[in-house]
Amino acid sequence: MSRKIYTILSLLLVAAFALTACGAKATEAPAPVATDAPAVATEAPAVATEAPMEKVTVTWWHISTAEEHKAVWQKLADEYMAAHPNVNIEITVLENEAFKTKLTTVMQSGEPPDIFQSWGGGVMNEYANAGLLKDITNDLDADGGAWRDTFAPGALGVYAYKGQNYGVPWDMGMIGFWYNKELFAQAGIDAPPTTWTELLDDVKALKAAGITPIALGEGDKWPGMHMWAYLVTRLGGKANFEGALLRTGSFTDAPFIEAGHKLQELIALEPFQDGFLGATYGDEATAMGNGKAAMELMGQWAPAVEKDNSEDKLGIGDKLGWFPFPMVEGGAGDPGDAVGGGNGFAIGKNASPEAIDFVKYLTTAVAQQALVKINVAIPVVKGGEVGMSDPLMITLQQSLANAKYFQLYYDQALPPAMGSVINDSIQGIFAGTLTPEEAAQAIEDAAQQELK
Amino acid sequence: MQSLPAIPNIFKLKRGTGAPRRFQDYLVILLFLLPAIVLFLLFVVYPIFQSIYYSLFNWKGFGPAEDFVGLENFKNILQDKVFMIALRNGFLIIALSLFAQLPLSLALAIMVGRDLPGRVIFRTIFFLPYVLSEVIAALMWLFILNPDPDRGFINAVIELLGGDSQAWLGNTDLVLLAIFAALTWKYFGYHMLLFMTGVQNIPAEIEEAGRIDGANSFQNFFYITLPLLGSTIRTSVYLSVLGSIQQFILVWIMTKGGPVNASETMATYMYRFGFVRFQLGYGSAVAIYMFLLCLIFSLIYQRLTRQPDYLTGL
Repeated sequence: MSRKIYTILSLLLVAAFALTACGAKATEAPAPVATDAPAVATEAPAVATEAPMEKVTVTWWHISTAEEHKAVWQKLADEYMAAHPNVNIEITVLENEAFKTKLTTVMQSGEPPDIFQSWGGGVMNEYANAGLLKDITNDLDADGGAWRDTFAPGALGVYAYKGQNYGVPWDMGMIGFWYNKELFAQAGIDAPPTTWTELLDDVKALKAAGITPIALGEGDKWPGMHMWAYLVTRLGGKANFEGALLRTGSFTDAPFIEAGHKLQELIALEPFQDGFLGATYGDEATAMGNGKAAMELMGQWAPAVEKDNSEDKLGIGDKLGWFPFPMVEGGAGDPGDAVGGGNGFAIGKNASPEAIDFVKYLTTAVAQQALVKINVAIPVVKGGEVGMSDPLMITLQQSLANAKYFQLYYDQALPPAMGSVINDSIQGIFAGTLTPEEAAQAIEDAAQQELK
Repeated sequence: MQSLPAIPNIFKLKRGTGAPRRFQDYLVILLFLLPAIVLFLLFVVYPIFQSIYYSLFNWKGFGPAEDFVGLENFKNILQDKVFMIALRNGFLIIALSLFAQLPLSLALAIMVGRDLPGRVIFRTIFFLPYVLSEVIAALMWLFILNPDPDRGFINAVIELLGGDSQAWLGNTDLVLLAIFAALTWKYFGYHMLLFMTGVQNIPAEIEEAGRIDGANSFQNFFYITLPLLGSTIRTSVYLSVLGSIQQFILVWIMTKGGPVNASETMATYMYRFGFVRFQLGYGSAVAIYMFLLCLIFSLIYQRLTRQPDYLTGL
């Protein structure tokens, strides 16, 4: 009998392997951003030449798993190694979520990689505070600020903590509404909304035409949080947020609560697809990419992800349009103010001068143009925008350049514990389990803990 | 025991003088156990004490833990509504496992354990989900439960039957049930296998004797099969309860404990604080609570179920 069971078990094991293989193929990854390779470690072989200088190894972790993008990074590393035979660059490519988990672990053991993906802000500050990052302010300021001057100051500032830079950006964008022109036309809307009231009217018109007005992956929490953050920015402007951040104000100040009420006005219209509370950002992008929803509020990466998640891998093509978050009547914020963020590289505490020199190379105008060409970045270095061809990306970049106030994503600008509380609380507003006042209070409670 | 070749008992070995030899004997035992003990201390005991230590600090996980807060973390956890939801969900999952999943597994075990035609095929099919990785299972269920009837299997069936499709994972009232369905699907095969082995170990003669004495199927089941499955059921219940308390992967992938904490378990709660919010001290305290809960349950359960086991020979 037991022999039989063993046979069954072994067969099962084999069958399971076969099944897992099929399963993995059949499941289109619902995770955000690009996720083709889970964790491919690309080992860059050292160029064997009789170098008189000492061999230096630079470790570099990035999360650009998309084939084209990965190839650009690899090419830049190869070029650098060819020019500097004593430097060996070890690249580790990790998928976004895997990267965060792995980085947390190496950080806790105090051994950060030399160069690694960062979004700046609160998480980076946390690492800087713990002495895990290298201050590169002097490198930026060397030769009369030669390196510093190549960057757009706002973008560089995201990687500064207490006036010192621990990293540099390679991409900076903003959040706005991506919309389906055809569906808007079907609902009889001829121009995108410029005010909150117009947006609400358009939502009503779309609903009346039987179209899902807004795709939202609120199961991931951050997509809806950005909606609230934008309302706060429009209502309160720069002074409001900075007051709350520097503790001269509070997260229970009027604009934070008012933003919740405005959000409730929108939620009351039931503008989102069915089951949005449990949906992921991947579901959101799928709905947009398949033309099943009229708009989504998302960052500069949205078109690429929509394409990737659509059934035909083409997205909605020319039908896609972009408009900035509408102004809110009576708000103190400038209608041009932008909420956004981008990608950059942070420098680990053990980084050698060669590592920093290599990061310099990664942020040259030429390197930026290579990224722009494959549409994976909005440049942050002067001259990087040469070769930008996508009209929507150009519009977005110009909106960003004209913004008087740039608000980094709340969940990045603030300490991680606060970002998480904000995400949770705003989801409560979407689910109707928290009032705007309660949500604001929860955020303020976290602020009192974290922003001492 | 007597029939086995005599194994020299090192405790009783007396060669020459007594006391120093005895010490040497212990030394031998210790040396043999050393590798296992070192690993056990290093990877099991040490982390537990480390967790206890960190749970007394307000610590972000980087650098040394310096901000000593005593038992404040433990107090705050008990005052957190979300932890209470996680605790309640834990008990709900335990209850559902015991009263829905295990009976189902038992019923199937009895069906496929005996003389059902094609039982090998059924066994294989029923056991398959358990062999799948939890991550794969969770992703599969995400597709099956998709709220869009064009994409989600269950909603497609419901619409076909004329019902209204449901946002299984987006509805705070339904989400726990939906996750429980996935959990049951994933684990019933394992318990079925346990029960099946138990059922097969019951000699057919006993049931046959029962039948000859005039017992009907129900009587046979309740008075013979069930009591003789006692030890298997106890094991199953034990594993099921501990598994429910620690449930993480499936929930985290399917809902991250949401929407608005409706499917939070203690493990997702712990992970959220330890690794999303970087409050490792607080997260450690949650882990200690989980540890205590499992420990207390284990102790009580073992005491309650420690009875003369007349099945040992079977």
